[in-house]
Amino acid sequence: MAPRFEGVDFYDIGSLLSEEERAVRQTVRDWIEERLLPVINDCYVEGHFPTELIPEMARLGFFGANLPEEYGCAGLNNVAYGLIMQELERGDSGVRSFASVQGGLVMYPIFQFGSAEQKTHWLPRLASGELIGCFGLTEPDYGSNPGGMITTAKETKDGWVLNGAKMWITNGSTADIAIVWAKTGAIDDPTSIRGFVVPTDAPGFTAKDQKGKLSLRASDTSELVLVDVKVGRDALLPKSGGVKSPLMCLTQARYGIAWGAVGAAMACYHEAVSYGKQRVMFNKPIASFQLQQARLAQMLTEITKGQLLCLQLGRLKDKGTMTPQQVSLAKRNNVDMACEVAREARRLLGANGILVEYSAMRHMANLESVYTYEGTHDMHTLILGEEITGISAFE
Amino acid sequence: MKIAVCIKRVPDTEARVKVAGDGVSIDEAGVKFILNPYDEYALEEALQRKEQAGAGEVVVVTLGPEAAQETIRTALAMGADRGVLLKCDAIPADGLAVAKALAGELKDGGYDLVLFGKLAVDDANHAVGPMVAELLGLPCVTAVVKLELEGGTGTAERETEGGVEVVDFAQPAVLTCEKGLNTPRYPALKGIMAAKKKPIEAKPVAFEAGRYAVQSLSLPPDRKEGRIVGEGLGAVSELVRLLRTEAKVI
Amino acid sequence: MAGTLAVTEHKGGALRKVSREVVAAARQLADALGGTVDAIVVGAPGVDAAGADLGGAGADRVLVATHDSFGRYTPDGYAATIAAQAKAGGYAAVVVAATATGKDLAPRLAVLLDVPLASDVTGLAVELGTVVATRPVYAGKAIQQVALNAAPALVSIRPNSFAPGVAGHAGAVSNVNAALGAARVTVRDVRAAQQGALDVAEAPIVVSGGRGLKAPEHFKLIEDLARALGTAAVGASRAVVDAGWRPHGEQVGQTGKTVSPELYVAVGISGAIQHLAGMRTAKIIVAINKDKDAPIFKVADYGIVGDLFEIVPRLTEEIAKVRAG
Repeated sequence: MAPRFEGVDFYDIGSLLSEEERAVRQTVRDWIEERLLPVINDCYVEGHFPTELIPEMARLGFFGANLPEEYGCAGLNNVAYGLIMQELERGDSGVRSFASVQGGLVMYPIFQFGSAEQKTHWLPRLASGELIGCFGLTEPDYGSNPGGMITTAKETKDGWVLNGAKMWITNGSTADIAIVWAKTGAIDDPTSIRGFVVPTDAPGFTAKDQKGKLSLRASDTSELVLVDVKVGRDALLPKSGGVKSPLMCLTQARYGIAWGAVGAAMACYHEAVSYGKQRVMFNKPIASFQLQQARLAQMLTEITKGQLLCLQLGRLKDKGTMTPQQVSLAKRNNVDMACEVAREARRLLGANGILVEYSAMRHMANLESVYTYEGTHDMHTLILGEEITGISAFE
Repeated sequence: MKIAVCIKRVPDTEARVKVAGDGVSIDEAGVKFILNPYDEYALEEALQRKEQAGAGEVVVVTLGPEAAQETIRTALAMGADRGVLLKCDAIPADGLAVAKALAGELKDGGYDLVLFGKLAVDDANHAVGPMVAELLGLPCVTAVVKLELEGGTGTAERETEGGVEVVDFAQPAVLTCEKGLNTPRYPALKGIMAAKKKPIEAKPVAFEAGRYAVQSLSLPPDRKEGRIVGEGLGAVSELVRLLRTEAKVI
Repeated sequence: MAGTLAVTEHKGGALRKVSREVVAAARQLADALGGTVDAIVVGAPGVDAAGADLGGAGADRVLVATHDSFGRYTPDGYAATIAAQAKAGGYAAVVVAATATGKDLAPRLAVLLDVPLASDVTGLAVELGTVVATRPVYAGKAIQQVALNAAPALVSIRPNSFAPGVAGHAGAVSNVNAALGAARVTVRDVRAAQQGALDVAEAPIVVSGGRGLKAPEHFKLIEDLARALGTAAVGASRAVVDAGWRPHGEQVGQTGKTVSPELYVAVGISGAIQHLAGMRTAKIIVAINKDKDAPIFKVADYGIVGDLFEIVPRLTEEIAKVRAG
């Protein structure tokens, strides 16, 4: 087994962090090592999220960590938030997905688009883990094109009635509330998209786990079906409007993922180095062979680049100048490089690399989902293309 | 409940040890420093006792260099209320010198309990706690694995080779804590932020002339290279033969 | 006149093995510094019996201090009594064992005598009249040599580090006063450990089990092997102690006990740094593990790669035969 993870920091990025940022990273790092890693393999193989760990994660402040203290959150800056995601995904992408959803896709929209009452009612309960949330945007036929969604919300005298279906929803089957995005106007009018806080026990609301996943197995991924789901007026997030609103939430989550992917890559690299130094073939450790050294050198280089990318992105976010396109660049690069690092690590591990006892293949499989969700690699490519040239190549 | 917890900044136990140029200390380049793991049991106990009492104060005291402030802040992040740094360039190797300095600081603090980890993982003296107790004239139980407090008294259990000793004492008292006493909490993220606002007082400290002089620090000799006797059941007889005739241990 | 003082311990009316080592160390220092060796025995009336063979261990004189309340180790009373004798005797060195009791007692003596303490010492020397102690630090990753420039030189020695004393000394017994001290703590009870179980830090042979055993019931294999080896104790890795399979008192390693037995057998233990820290000074190390790349094989003198569930029972069988025949 690999020795205790002490980070990968070839360019002394630690010295660019404040003492608190390092302390935050250490708490999550230790928690992952001692509490998550002992159970993650079984969770992954059996296909369930370690729900018994939710209270501890909440108590330590992992959910919505960059939201203000007045809502029961830790009030951290965005670099510290990114470090949390990095260390969580060093453990498992599915676990980081849980935190991304809870913090960036449920707590954030309530914080950003909600009324004062909604914020004080929901946020502390989500921060404490008393309630779990999910984010209902993607639909069976509308993934990369969320503006095309066909879930509707019709206004009634008491509130709203929602109809539609959502798919690929993390935490869907365990959530107490769902942030559902629906069109309040014509079906081809994306400006009429608004966000709603829907209790999942509302009549007409069902969530069903999607079976047969070969990736993100330690995460609950569900379909949501809404058949005449009635909610009160206070379910509407009043400041939401148009496809921009859910996309702002996605920007938050994508920011965290840019950090998280680096964490997964670091885990794979750490394991590969340790294995390479111990595993003996032809009378010497396989780390003596040039081809393996080339693999490791490439991994370290990509990880180092990725670390610097997301650190600066975090500083820009804290300054208030971060743009969604800057997030696209980091998400696209870091997830892509992490996929490669994981795959190369798996290959270095040889036959042992296909066993769940080693983390490379689990990370490799997980990262395929991370490559696809929160804006596929290709979508981010086009976002950057449009930003660079001024010309949209989406259609 | 007013509780003092004496903590120490020590090199991470995973660190590779290299001897510094002076031949008597370790080379600190690249070494990560942490809160002494046994002190975490002491700190956790103090925090739990304060929480149970509903009111009180947990003060962490450390003797060390300026960098030990970070160690104090880790303790503050876990929930301690304030910290005291007895500042010196180098922590003396002589436990008695350290104990005298700590006792001087703790003497008038009005503490109900003074807690220590049973030993520090760097110099492993396991002496400073009971020395401080003796200097302060306080009851002391070492290597505590279980603790009950009632009013102004307490009962502690400690493991010995003979079994478990059950020891009664009156407060104020000094206890040194052993693994198994409790499960130390992780510093919560909110706690890390709150720690920034908690006070740390730094005071200079002086020591008497040393009577305990470290003459050298060296790496242990490498073990003679061993060998794999064989694989599976077939190797057992050979192993037994070697243990009897070559190693002569059976 | 000077000389050295050996502080002894007894259990169940008999001298503890480690006390013979303490006397041997005191003897070594007395031979170098000049003077005789006094051994002190503290206990309830009738404890003289335990001190009876201290002459055989190398003591010139045996000092016995008794009090009705000294039936069990009483920190304040024992410390006051021994400190009073140490002051009266003007010794050049005082030697204590670094047992659980000794680790509690020696620091108190240091304060009462106002001298520094070198604890858990594995070697002693005298250079130009000064006692120099060798002791492991940084979880055994380094060795420290310290000079004690005080009188008496106060040291506690690690069990199994000094060869027990040889016969041939007078061992004349005399009674000395017991000082009660302030009696600040009271040992109300001692719950005995499992009957006859040898402590892992004192046994000459230790057989340790790790996660490779897969379930707590399988520790029976370890217990059987230990029994076959004779005076052997059962040890455990941190993983199995944390999992609740074995008590903390059996844990060998950095956050457990550090042991220096003649023979250490590691079964199903991978050999993480923390574990090695606790046993790397064993004279002979044997490792049994199914993974030939396990780090334990790097420190083992002899290793067998294979299924411990097959190997250990066979090993137990063969050792029993060899020891019987």
